Amino acid sequence: MRLITPAALVAGFLSISANSETYPQRIVTAGGDLTEIVYALGAEDRVVGVDVTSNFPTSAKDKEQIGYVRRISAEGVLALAPDLVLGAHDMGPPTAIEQLRAAGVRVELAPRGDSASGISSKVRFVGRVLGLREEAQHLTSRIETDLNREAARASSQNSKRRVIFILALGEGEPMVAGVGSSAAKIIELAGGINAVTGFNGYKPMSREAILASRPDVILMMESTVARYGGINNIFERPELALTPAGQKRQYVSMDGMLLLGFGPRTPLAIEQLGKALRQK
Amino acid sequence: MYRLRITTTFKVFATLGVVVLAIAAAELVYGPVSLSLWRVAGALLGWGDPESTAIVTQIRAPRALLGLVVGTALALSGCALQGVLRNPLADPGLIGVTGGASVGAAATIVLGDTFAMGLPKDIRPYLLPISAFLGSSLVTGLIFRLSRRSNTTSVATLILAGVAINSIAGAAIGVMVYISDDQQLRDLTFWTMGSLASANWTMVMVTLAVVVIATTVLTRMGRALDLFQIGERAAFHSGLNVEQTKRNIALLSAVAVGGATAAAGPIGFIGLVAPHMARLIVGPTHGLVLPASALLGMGLLLGADLAVRNIVPPAEPPIGLATSLIGGPFFLWLLITRLKGRGLLA
Repeated sequence: MRLITPAALVAGFLSISANSETYPQRIVTAGGDLTEIVYALGAEDRVVGVDVTSNFPTSAKDKEQIGYVRRISAEGVLALAPDLVLGAHDMGPPTAIEQLRAAGVRVELAPRGDSASGISSKVRFVGRVLGLREEAQHLTSRIETDLNREAARASSQNSKRRVIFILALGEGEPMVAGVGSSAAKIIELAGGINAVTGFNGYKPMSREAILASRPDVILMMESTVARYGGINNIFERPELALTPAGQKRQYVSMDGMLLLGFGPRTPLAIEQLGKALRQK
Repeated sequence: MYRLRITTTFKVFATLGVVVLAIAAAELVYGPVSLSLWRVAGALLGWGDPESTAIVTQIRAPRALLGLVVGTALALSGCALQGVLRNPLADPGLIGVTGGASVGAAATIVLGDTFAMGLPKDIRPYLLPISAFLGSSLVTGLIFRLSRRSNTTSVATLILAGVAINSIAGAAIGVMVYISDDQQLRDLTFWTMGSLASANWTMVMVTLAVVVIATTVLTRMGRALDLFQIGERAAFHSGLNVEQTKRNIALLSAVAVGGATAAAGPIGFIGLVAPHMARLIVGPTHGLVLPASALLGMGLLLGADLAVRNIVPPAEPPIGLATSLIGGPFFLWLLITRLKGRGLLA
């Protein structure tokens, strides 16, 4: 016969009274935006593993690390004994998802959301799966209020800054954000204009084309600035030095996940970027 | 004397066989999820709980089998190509087979979503291996056409054509990289590092069929490869159909490597090093080098996979890192002890 300790009984009653039994209690998140949403909904204690893009809040880094979202290892995730894997829309490889489901783990893929309205659908999705609909409702209405406020600020701008987002600066041509990229969207939301036209996504851009795009401000991730030895080194490059931005040394650097994550902190990102652009 | 040699060879092969079996068993028993031997046995024999059954039969077993198949394919074709080209640095990448497969895979990753929308859902996951295999077959055919002059296949031309094809393949992949979005770019990068993780049973069975057909014939090429070592002319005068043999070996290697690369991505080092290890262990006779290479290829690849699965769970680094990290030092150790044994190194 098994012995049931009083403590276990109490714990059992507590979990019933909290009505949390039917909802997942051991969650693995794959996608930095999803991790942020789960934390913002106050479900931090239920998270047992995160992927490499989950670097905010910083306490998320203490959770088990499952690797890159497109290359998760099915058995590695199973080792965390999750009852839910909450993945970004592009989580993969497909074989790993099949294997997780075959092992009886619930896998839920979030809707794609790199736009202002996409954030709310991601938050509502996470709220539904975690059984935190009310919290999700609060969070979305707060995010939407903030986004509307920022949109009003951005549209009241009469002279818009031309911004170029530089993802990487190698030996060759700089890799910049083109039309429809997440960086272009955040620039527009903050009341700027993406100086780059003519191609989609992130691509290397010829130095002459960068000069011709006449950016007023250079936008970068903090990690990029650090990697290339600070802003002075970056402005020494001729294709940047000769632009209006280079001549007046106008640049903004922000944390990558804050800037491009399209999560709960996006209104803050828009506010910071918008403020910086208005001061330039 | 003869008797003694037979038993030593037997011992060597028995040891290699036992080591490979042990690593394969470890691949089934050890993983990020710790399962007791009892539960693994239960899963294999069909009376296990659903969780351990799914882990052992759907994740670990297909992976172990794919590792055996891919290791064999790479090692045997490397061995046969080194023999027939009489070039100790030859590996399947040299004659452009891997390059062709990579172009096929890159094209699928980048253009697949645009061109394969109409295909049934069940076929789409296999689009990448199929086009990788087509790419490698196409390149092999092309290289053979190029290097055939007046009914003989020139080895030098074969290698040069391979170099040219590789640079064209590199350019084609460059184009794909340029037009890819950042998600496709990352998929492409990870694919080029190789992985056994994509193993599901359908994939493993198809690869197994392709590779087994090619490698069974290759392992019978021992005598022909021995004759090649004394030169093509001498081999011809010993009654070997040199032209036919060259074509068969290159074709079979291409099929085996094409199949392996389609399933696991380009995995380097094994095709180059397993045959050398085999020669250091069993001597130069190809009748022994071929099976020994196959066993070493399996052992190296499975050992590497075992390492990447268990080193930083729950994450999993690419297998290409481990094949070189494990294989390199082992090869050096083998080299040094053998040279010492022959008094060539102090």
